[in-house]
Amino acid sequence: MATYNTSEFKAGLKVMLDGDPASIVENEFVKPGKGQAFNRVRIRNLKNGRTIERTFKSGETIEAADVVDMEMQYLYNDGQFWHFMQPETFEQVVADKNSVGDNAKWLKEQDVCIITLWNGNPLVVEPPNTVTLKIVETDPGLKGDTSGGGGKPATLETGAVVRVPLFVQNGETIKVNTRTGEYISRA
Amino acid sequence: MLERIRAFFSARGVLEVETPALSRAATTDPALASFATRYTGPLFPQGRTLYLHTSPEFPMKRLLAAGAGSIYQICKVFRDGEAGRLHNPEFTMVEWYRVGSDHHALMDETLALVTQALDGKRTLAPPEKLTFREAFERHAGLDPHRADAQALATVIKRHGIETGSDPAREPVDVLRDLLLTHVVESQLGRGRLTALYDYPASQAALARLRAGDPPVAERFEIYLDGIELANGFHELGHAAEQRARFERDVAQRKEQGLPAVPMDEHLLAALETGLPDCAGVALGFDRLVKLAAGAKSIQDVLAFPIERA
Repeated sequence: MATYNTSEFKAGLKVMLDGDPASIVENEFVKPGKGQAFNRVRIRNLKNGRTIERTFKSGETIEAADVVDMEMQYLYNDGQFWHFMQPETFEQVVADKNSVGDNAKWLKEQDVCIITLWNGNPLVVEPPNTVTLKIVETDPGLKGDTSGGGGKPATLETGAVVRVPLFVQNGETIKVNTRTGEYISRA
Repeated sequence: MLERIRAFFSARGVLEVETPALSRAATTDPALASFATRYTGPLFPQGRTLYLHTSPEFPMKRLLAAGAGSIYQICKVFRDGEAGRLHNPEFTMVEWYRVGSDHHALMDETLALVTQALDGKRTLAPPEKLTFREAFERHAGLDPHRADAQALATVIKRHGIETGSDPAREPVDVLRDLLLTHVVESQLGRGRLTALYDYPASQAALARLRAGDPPVAERFEIYLDGIELANGFHELGHAAEQRARFERDVAQRKEQGLPAVPMDEHLLAALETGLPDCAGVALGFDRLVKLAAGAKSIQDVLAFPIERA
């Protein structure tokens, strides 16, 4: 069993916490003038996404989590699961609703996503920061309006709904920031 | 800032000294890790292990025992295993000793030095002084001298502090350090300097103990913005007591699997010839600069912190 010592702690380190894989968000070394040093750590549970604070005595060890981030191409959804493939090795993995979560609405076939694998199984699916998607439904905008002030909802080919400027029309493709869910530009 | 500090001591007739950074002995304090290096050449053709000092305390006490009078030093010190927002393995220390002073007199002088160093950079209310007990009673709601591990653990849990293992099974000193760093410190030095004094006897380090119920260590620390700036003692001058504390440290190091280090026999010999009644304090210069500059981390006020050294 691989372990990490507190002196190896840093943001991004993947460890086991209370039986779940977790990622260190922030690590602070604290020490009184004389006496015991501590590592005060903010740590995110990768299964439920919750961030908690935990304090370790400096020198303590914690079990490492076999967690890796891998770029994989989204292939298709079979109605229940999402299928991804590693483009070089053709290795495929299947992700369930828990790991894909709300990000399902940004997934378009062929797009390259970051899949966090725990013991080889998908834990988190992160879509690209920006995606290019086609509008399948939006109200026709007013002619001549180029300001975008106000905007209108548009449904995209993946099912996501974003606010777009009034001049953007049905059938157009647009770029969207998946982290904020905001329209960026026409593609 | 360095100029202000030197002017402060010059006006008070405190002599600037230099002592070696390399020593054949090291601090035995289990909470401090010394860097070890090796000298080979004339005098020691087979080589000799030398340790970089974690503070200039021991040789400065030898000067005091030799009759140097009140002295100060500004030097680089080295501590392995310490890096973070408030730590760098190599940092600058301002350390001074006042012959004939106790920890209260030196505490006042330290407050005066810090106030003068920060003059025009920070507006501070008059300093406050709290005993270790008052600070814990006020900010953590318990008496640190009487609380057992169970009571400390309950308060730790009440403050939402989660630890890797059950805190009730930890030694009382570890739990006090945990509460101090996680709960109490952030309440100290808010808009003014706070001096904390009269520590638990088990945290005496090199301070004198004062008999009482409970006995306390004549030790103090100075805080600003929740950050510990200085640590001072009414110095222990008793050679046998000092040797006993070193030996206790050595045993603890062994128990904790820490590297064994030679204790400073030169210091013990000096104490035997007689250390004048004195108080001493060490102040972290980089933290003082950080506080003056309003920087987030001492890394921001070091030209090249360890990652870029």
